[in-house]
Amino acid sequence: MANAKEMKQVLSNPVVSNNPIALQVLGICSALAVTSSLQTALVMTLAVVFVCSLSNLSISLIRNHIPSSVRIIVQMAIIASLVIVVDQILKAVVYDISKELSVFVGLIITNCIVMGRAEAFAMKEPPLKSFIDGIGNGLGYGLILMVVGAIREFFGSGSLFGIEIMPLVNNGGWYQPNGLLLLPASAFFIIGLIIWVIRTYDPAQVEPKE
Amino acid sequence: MASNDSLGNTLKVVLGVSLVCSIIVSVAAVGLRDIQQRNIVEDVQRNILAVSGVELDGRSVGDVYEEVIEPRLVDLNTGEFVDASAEEIAAFDQRAAAKEPETSIRLTSEQDVAGIVRRANVAKVYFVRGESGDFERVILPIHGYGLWSTMYAFLAVQPDGQTIDAIVYYDQGETPGLGGEVANPLWQAKFVGKQLFDEQGNPAITVAKGSADPNSIHEVDGLSGSTLTSNGVTNTFDFWLSDNGFGKFLGRIQDGGLI
Repeated sequence: MANAKEMKQVLSNPVVSNNPIALQVLGICSALAVTSSLQTALVMTLAVVFVCSLSNLSISLIRNHIPSSVRIIVQMAIIASLVIVVDQILKAVVYDISKELSVFVGLIITNCIVMGRAEAFAMKEPPLKSFIDGIGNGLGYGLILMVVGAIREFFGSGSLFGIEIMPLVNNGGWYQPNGLLLLPASAFFIIGLIIWVIRTYDPAQVEPKE
Repeated sequence: MASNDSLGNTLKVVLGVSLVCSIIVSVAAVGLRDIQQRNIVEDVQRNILAVSGVELDGRSVGDVYEEVIEPRLVDLNTGEFVDASAEEIAAFDQRAAAKEPETSIRLTSEQDVAGIVRRANVAKVYFVRGESGDFERVILPIHGYGLWSTMYAFLAVQPDGQTIDAIVYYDQGETPGLGGEVANPLWQAKFVGKQLFDEQGNPAITVAKGSADPNSIHEVDGLSGSTLTSNGVTNTFDFWLSDNGFGKFLGRIQDGGLI
């Protein structure tokens, strides 16, 4: 396929160099809420990849018929439906995790990444490309989520994916966990540090002074 | 060719999208409802079995629950059982009942030590049947306000109506790592063997500030950094062991009138 390289670019671009959280600083709210453990971060990642890719695909399929006066409403209807489907599936398949994610699955509807990609990309580009762009942005969001989740769970609970690595003092071990990392505010600091590291490594991402 | 923005096209697209979306959502909601409801029921059953002392041994939660747990309804004002069919007992929802004025009372501020505002008139308790067919434990649902949230627990009591067999906090929103440690099984294990009432018959379970007196039969270690959550646990016991809670019911059990 002639454009295989282009597709690969569309997929990898949002993960690394144009990351929705690190560069565009979108979707921060849910990134704070669901990253106290890796398991919830992973499920949230999969949910966003699912919603973002399919909403991009379906919006791109009908992009030439959507009247511009109601385009946002049409996008919202499609995104909201997909989110409800995801929520229902999670409640049926992984009930325990869905209890922890609680309202944050529903709040994917208001996640600016999904909306932003629908409006900025899927309204102009062909379906397959939009679909891949959705996956890429979901993964870009997920990558940051997983990094933050790993840091918070490791230092906050002494475990990764629920498997104990450093036994906690409360459980008779030696590790005194850092309680701050269990609170949502800590994700702010971690995301801030990640953005700093990325922009030091790649100065092109630094916004020009106004 | 008519533009996309014509009224006809706008209506067509909006109606079409709404129709397709509603069909997808309905199919997902209706198709998955049975599994979801089973999950919710099984979640409650798993928490009840956690304090029942019964091992699953690879059997399903639902099977073991059916085999060893016998739910009954108790009138909290009298401490007597309520006559009800198995279906009525299964359908009874204590949290919903506590919200309705007909099926609950509003607690006065002196009564409401646990910060729960309303209390249902009827509570659902669970008897655990041992291998010999005798009742080994009675499991009481209790809840009370901690620092941020209402904390829900199941408390398993021995047939003497006095000794704690187990407790599990299964639903709470306290600070992770501090008050959230009420959900830690190691802390919950400290309740085992403690006595609910003192010699005068008053509620006596206390969560200490710091370490508990090792000789005390009523005190439990506090959670470090969580004085208010610990107080909430003490208040929860104070309320549910009083005559406004399960006091009358436990009194009958102690007299041997119910088991």
